[in-house]
Amino acid sequence: MATKDYGGNTVDVNDEGYLTEFKQWNEAIGEAIAKEEGIEQMTDRHWEIIKYLQKYFEDNGEMPSIRNMKKTGVADTKELYSLFPGGPLKKSSRIAGLKKPESCI
Amino acid sequence: MENDKIKKVSIICAKGGLDEVYPALILANGARMEGIEASIFFTFFGLNAIMKKMVKKLKVATVGNPSLNLAMPMMKFPITAPFPTWMGAIPGVSAMATGMMKKEMEDLDIPPVDEFLEMFTDAGGKIYACKLAMDMFKLTKDDLVNQVEDVLTVGQFYEKSAGASIIFT
Repeated sequence: MATKDYGGNTVDVNDEGYLTEFKQWNEAIGEAIAKEEGIEQMTDRHWEIIKYLQKYFEDNGEMPSIRNMKKTGVADTKELYSLFPGGPLKKSSRIAGLKKPESCI
Repeated sequence: MENDKIKKVSIICAKGGLDEVYPALILANGARMEGIEASIFFTFFGLNAIMKKMVKKLKVATVGNPSLNLAMPMMKFPITAPFPTWMGAIPGVSAMATGMMKKEMEDLDIPPVDEFLEMFTDAGGKIYACKLAMDMFKLTKDDLVNQVEDVLTVGQFYEKSAGASIIFT
């Protein structure tokens, strides 16, 4: 198991850089991962999505789909792609300290 | 290696059955979710999927479809049992198979085709229609759903596909 250091926080990560232990996550780590994913500034909207993913994962044990987020009014497809350009679900789940989504949709 | 990653796909959809349109949409949308640039070029009978009048009415063919054995377990038959062609010809059977597929898709959180086209374009994907096929079927751009970006000749399609992997579904 690889580890990675984010500003003094050492976390366990898999080979794609996803945290394997959610309890090691905090916002500073999320922010550092966001920078790695090319998101320079995490806004309130970014954090709202991240918190929603974490809550959803806690309740359901899996990631919501982009369609779910649109239907539940969390964020529409266009906004998700503009907040997390180049792969909204895989980037947001990594920032959130969750596992990579397995769904094709 | 970074250079080996797929950066762009152009998907061609030439058939208009529900079961023939979904693979193109899923592949294309899945590409966008991975940050891959994606477009779908609808041609020949695939045009059904982007026609205003047809987009909600796509069907699964139950006659001349030898792969329907995959649906046999739903009727409590073994998966290797062939779906009888005579059964497929009975009025309502295609509608029933279509309804079953739609339900399975919904259960997997896969949207109906019209919503899927919207989701794909909202995700930055591009939808094109084939000019030759449009001419053959006497269609105009007004017959097509709003998500269609453009009607292209084959030459223009290849131009737009520069640098892309081209996938025929």
